[in-house]
Order: sequence, then structure tokens, then C-alpha cells
Amino acid sequence: MLRAAGIRVRFDGVAAVDNATIDVPEGQTLAVLGPSGCGKSTLLRVIAGLQRPEAGRVELDGRDVRDVPPHRRGIGLMFQDDVLFPHRDVAGNVAFGLRMANRPRQEIERRVGELLELVGLAGFQRRSVTSLSGGERQRVALARALAPEPRVLLLDEPLGALDRPLHDRLLTELEELFARIGVTVVAVTHDVTDAFALGHRVAVMRAGRVVQAATPDQLWERPADGWVARFLGHANVEERDGRALVIRPEAVLVERDPLGGATVVSAERRGPLVRVRVRLADGSALESVTTGIDHPRAGEAVAVEVDPSGAVEVLAWEDATP
Amino acid sequence: MDTHRASLTRRAGLIAAGVIPAAFVALFFVVPFAAILGRGLGQDGGLSLPSDIWLSGETLRILWFTIWQAVVSTALTLAAGLPLAWAVGRYSFPGRALVRALVLVPFVLPTVVVATAFLALLPDGVEQGLPAILAAHVFFNIAIVTLIVGGAWEGLGREPWEAAATLGAGPWRRLREVTLPLLAPALSAAAALTFLFCFTSFGVVLILGGPGRSTLETEIYLQAARAFDLRTAAALSLLQLAMVALALLAISRLEASSSGGRAAAAARDGLRRPAGRERAAVAAVLAASGTALALPLAMLVARSLDTGTTAWRRLFEETPALLVTPWHAIVNSVLFAAVAAGLSVAVGGLAAAVLARVRPGALDALVLLPLGASAVMLGFGFLIAFDEPPLDFRSSWWLVPVAQSLVAAPFVVRIVAPALRSIDPRLREAAAVLGASPGRAWREIDLPLTARAVGVAAGFAFAIALGEFGATVFVARAEWPTLPVSIFRFLGRPGAENQSIAGALAVCLAALTVVAALTLHRTAPGRRGPL
Repeated sequence: MLRAAGIRVRFDGVAAVDNATIDVPEGQTLAVLGPSGCGKSTLLRVIAGLQRPEAGRVELDGRDVRDVPPHRRGIGLMFQDDVLFPHRDVAGNVAFGLRMANRPRQEIERRVGELLELVGLAGFQRRSVTSLSGGERQRVALARALAPEPRVLLLDEPLGALDRPLHDRLLTELEELFARIGVTVVAVTHDVTDAFALGHRVAVMRAGRVVQAATPDQLWERPADGWVARFLGHANVEERDGRALVIRPEAVLVERDPLGGATVVSAERRGPLVRVRVRLADGSALESVTTGIDHPRAGEAVAVEVDPSGAVEVLAWEDATP
Repeated sequence: MDTHRASLTRRAGLIAAGVIPAAFVALFFVVPFAAILGRGLGQDGGLSLPSDIWLSGETLRILWFTIWQAVVSTALTLAAGLPLAWAVGRYSFPGRALVRALVLVPFVLPTVVVATAFLALLPDGVEQGLPAILAAHVFFNIAIVTLIVGGAWEGLGREPWEAAATLGAGPWRRLREVTLPLLAPALSAAAALTFLFCFTSFGVVLILGGPGRSTLETEIYLQAARAFDLRTAAALSLLQLAMVALALLAISRLEASSSGGRAAAAARDGLRRPAGRERAAVAAVLAASGTALALPLAMLVARSLDTGTTAWRRLFEETPALLVTPWHAIVNSVLFAAVAAGLSVAVGGLAAAVLARVRPGALDALVLLPLGASAVMLGFGFLIAFDEPPLDFRSSWWLVPVAQSLVAAPFVVRIVAPALRSIDPRLREAAAVLGASPGRAWREIDLPLTARAVGVAAGFAFAIALGEFGATVFVARAEWPTLPVSIFRFLGRPGAENQSIAGALAVCLAALTVVAALTLHRTAPGRRGPL
């Protein structure tokens, strides 16, 4: 439905986006994941029509939209830190796109009410946007972007500036909302958890290029290279001679054994999971994940076994040039 | 290539928006300036520098006096303004906002009004001259010091001061090693602006100076309008321009170096209630400053009543001083000022729109040039540039508001351009992705977000035009005098009654200006102002 192919943008001769390609089927969410400065926001601006690419094409439903200015693309964009119109109240912000589309007044009023209800801000119409909290502002921004029923919704770090509990709650709400209204979404984020939660598929960007695009499970199981593995949070990545051995922590089995030859360095609980780091007899370290309450503690002697199906050998650093 | 086309359209719009102010400035600033250049440099068909005039003993004496009085005025203004800056910058007290507003009143008062007031203050028979000029300059510019330095002082907050205290610095060390260095950018900015205003002061020096007390600015007028020595007037204009350009250059340097400190002005709650001895000190400062600022205005009102209510009744009668009744002058002034405000907002607003889009600072100096070039020089340029076909506008009434708008336009730019620049460009992008075309985005975002600044600018332009004297005195014909010109005429005539009428007119002008300024202050959010 949305396809951006071979996109290249350069700022002062330096490539910000370099031959990047993404594909999003109708009604699906693609998360674009990468460290800051990898060009993911610029890619979003290219799709919205706010940034002209040096090369490449953007297609909506198979139609090249290169010549379509941003205000006629029918694409919604939710900016990083909301960018609400300070001189308009909540309703004025949400109604903006509908007014631009010359919708009748009653329809605008009705739709603003619906959207505010959708984002959990029913009755906020006349509130000044400067009186809102960060989370409320973000919801208004979302309602504003959704109001004109864009064919594609672009989100730039939608949860970037929020504190943790609010972040998690809004994340869940976004997932549910997108599933319910069936909108096609591209969400840019630097947070692996957010990307995995939001995206049916996740495109990993590095230095302006998309180095891997796959479902979260596929990414986790078989990262394109050692860098992607580390970026996704893999701890067991051993690089040697241009190759990287990646062992998923859930494939590392740790059992208490006085003669096992390995020692637990640390064990820390993260919600339902416990991450156990062990040092092997040869001095190398491995990370394991378990769910038990009675897990091995730091300093205990353990035996370590690796399930070979959880290990994969990839390039250390793949050059993604096609 | 629609985005490309869009960017082309945008560029074309930008150029079109730039052409109107550029054409206006070209016709009404460059042409007069060229005429002055021609008069100053052209001699017997050839070109030569008027070095005989520049280096004459008389010119050097005038230049020396101009610089000298400006330096002394600036020093006195700093001395008088700092206590007030300290009071409003450090302490919160009932009526603090009112004090800040009232201190602006002298600043917006027309020079002719202030000069008339100080004339009224002087005992009869006392030689007019230096003390009156200096006092009037302090009266005028004390607002600059109070607001700029006071604002910076408030922005400092108490933290650096408290940090120094915990590190063992006593009150004097704190003042010397913390407060003063932190205030230095504001102090120098305030001093530079005050110097510029005193250097180019016209009405005050012309009216209070008396014979033999000429600055460059008044001498240009005297040579052009009294002695009809246009070549000398032109040569002095060029000298004045060079001096002012130097001063402006210095100011823009200062502004650039102090902009870093201004970001810290976000710190608030540094204000506290004065206690004990501080309270007495603040009260003393406020009382002394208040008396000093109110006295001249009280004397002005008194002067207008010197002859009972005669002067006020005479406002509606024919007078030998003018071709029309003084009442007509009041009406003229208001009408001219309204037209001038409209013109300067249109031209200055468009210029600001262009300036806000190009690299900050690149063209600012160009727009500020008319401000620095001095109103008298502008009026003189009008006088010699528009007196023969095809540019014979001498008998056109609109020459007056055009001249006034040129004096006011730089202030409009200074108010509107920062407002435009402060608009987050992503707001326009947000509007675009929501379906607003570039023109629509401008109407929906830029216009409403700058409406307030434009309103303030219009009010300020109106106040400036109302009191404009330096340029107007050249172009206002006897059939349609403005208020400041009429006051000047009455002051120049003998007799207590004429002085009294001048006082009455000055009271009217002051009232009109203050009303415009108060409206302006009402609409202005917080302390966004011409400074």
C-alpha cells in the first residue's frame, strides 16, 4: 500500500538516508527502528512530502506521489513532541485537518467528539492546549492526525517524551487503536520494545540504510548481523574473523551443579523474567533467561548447556547494499 | 515536480513580499539619500569630498559637543536608572507592574513634549542650555536602563548570588564578582542604545540648546532650513550617517554577544519582597525617581495654565503662528499618524516576513539604517529630492506620513520579525500534512501567531509618528502643521501666551501618545516591547 524505494537524502553532502526501501501492506504497522541520527525521521519526512529526496520514489497504492505536495498527500503525521497549534484549543487542533478538507461544520463537531473519545479525552474540546499534560498533548496530536482519515499515519517517536508508566499505557492503547481502525502506520522509534510492540514488521535502520526488515520474531531469531543483534538487545554475540555467533538467551540452559564448572555472576529480575549471567570455565560470559522464582543466585556454581537451535552464525557487520 | 514548484512559488512569494518594502525604501530613502550625496559630494559638476566643511573648526566643535553630551547623558542615565533597575529587577512589591509601565511613559513621549516640559521647569531668565539637555536625556532614556538592566537582573535569579554567598563572598564581593559581570551585557546594551538616542537627539537639543549649542543633528536642520546652505547640511548629514553607522555596528556586535545571556532570562522567582533596610531603600528609590519623572510633566500642565484657561481656548482660534487653528494641527497629527502607522506596518511587516525567512541578522542592519540615518537627515533628503519633476511631491500631503512611516518602520520590523522567527517551523509542516496549502498555512499559523506583535507594532508606530519632529519639520507645509511642529512654532514666538499655548498643545500630544502607549502596553503580553 505504501512503498518507499531507493530513497536518498543528503544534507551538506552527507547522506542522511541512503538507498532506503520500505514496504507497508494495507492496514499494517511498520516500525522503523534505529539509533538516533540513523535517518529514520528524515525518511518519515520524505514520505510525508516535507523533505524532497535526491533519489527514489514514494508510492501510495502503486501511484508515484513525488509530484504531490504534502497538503494533498492524504498522509497524517504525528510529530515528535506533539507540535500542537498553541493558538487553538483542543477542538481547534483536532478540527484543523477537517476544516482544510472543507467538511461541513456539524460533521467536524461530531468527528472531533468521536476522536477525543477515541483517545480518551472526551469533553476536552474547549481546553487550552497549553493547560494539558504531556500525555494529554500527545493524545490530542494523535486525534488531530487521525481526524482527516489519512490513508497512512506516520508517527515520529510517538512516545518519546513520556514517562515510563504513561509510555507503557499509551503504547498498549496505540496497538489496540490501530488494530481497531485498520489504518496503515509507519512508526519511527529508537526503542526496541516499542518497535516490537507496535510493528507487525520492523525495519532496522543504520546510517541511512534499512539493514533488515522482518517480523519481531524473525528479527529476534535471525538478526541480519552482529550489530543488529546487539542493537535488538542480544547479549550473547561473539564476533570473530568477520563472523558473529549469536546465541539467544532462552537457548542457554543453566542448572545448579557444584561440578558444572561455571559460576553465576549476577541474576536480576526484569518483570516476569530473570536474566542470569554466568562465567564459563574458559572465562567467557553468557547470558541466560529464566522465569523461575528459585533461580540460581550470584556466586553459585552451575552447569551450562546451549540448545544448538538457538544459536545462529551471521556476518559481524553486513553491508546492506543490494 | 510539485514540491519543487511549491518551493518556487514560495520563493516567488518571498521575493514579491520583499519587492514592496524594497521599492518603498528605494523611492523614499535611497532617492533622498542620493540627493544628499549629490549635494554633499558634487561641486562644480565634479565630485569632491567636502573636507573643507568636515575639517572646519566649527564642524569639529559641533562634533565634539555631540559626542561629549551623548557620553555625559549616557553616564548620567546609567547612574539614575540603575537604582530603579535594582528595585524592579530584584524585588517584588505592590505596583511593580505599574512602575514598569510608568517608567515607559517618558520614553514614548515626543521629544518636543519633553523639551517643552523642561523649558517650563527652568526658572524664567535662566540661560537655556546644557543642564536642561542632559536632564531631558536622562528623563527620556531612564526607561531603557530600567527595563533592559532590570529585566536582566530579574533573569539572573537568586541562584548565582546564593551560590557565591555559600562560597564565602560578602555583599560587595558578590556585587563585584557575580552581579556586575552577569549584568555586563545588559549594561552595555542599554548604554549603547542610550548613547545612540542622545547622539541623534534633535528636538531636545534644538529647543533647549539655544544658540551655540548645536549637535550634528540640529546643525543639519539649521544649515538647511535657516541658513539655506544645502551643501553644508549635506556634508554634515554624511558625517552624521558615518558616525551613526559606527554606533549601530557596535550595537549589533553587543546584541550578538549578549544574546547568549538572554536565554537565561527564563529563570523566574528570583524576586522577593524587600525586608527591613531594603524596604526603605526601595521606597526611597521609587519616591525619588517618581518625583523626578513626574515633576517635568506637572510643570508642563502648569505652564499650559499660566494664562488661566486662555491658552486652551486659543486652541480653537486662528493664530498668527500657524495658518490654521491649533485644533487643526491636532486633527492633522492624528490623521497623519494613522496613515503612517498603516504604511509602516504594511512595509515593515512585509520586510519582517522576508527577514524572518532568510538567515537571521543578514539584512537586519539594512532595515535599521533609516532608524540610524536620523530623522532630520531623512527630512532634509525629502526636501531636496522631491522638489522638482518628476518627483515633485512637495505639495502632497502624503509626504508627511510617508516620512513618519520610514522613521517608524524599523521599529515595526524589530517587533514583528522576532515574533515571526519564534514560530516553530514544524507548526507550518503540521498544517501542511493536515491539508493546508502554503498560503493557507500562512493564514492559519503565521498570521494569528503574530497578530499581537503586529498590533503592538501598529500602536508603537502610531505613537512614533504622532511625535515625529525631525523629519516632519522639513516636510509639513504651513497649511497642515502637525502637533510637534506647531508646538515648535509657538515656542519660537515671544510672549507668555504663546508659551502657554505650546504647553497646552504639548499636554494634548503627551496625552495622545500615552493613550496609544497604554493601549499598546495592555495588548502587549508580559514585557514584549520595542526594547
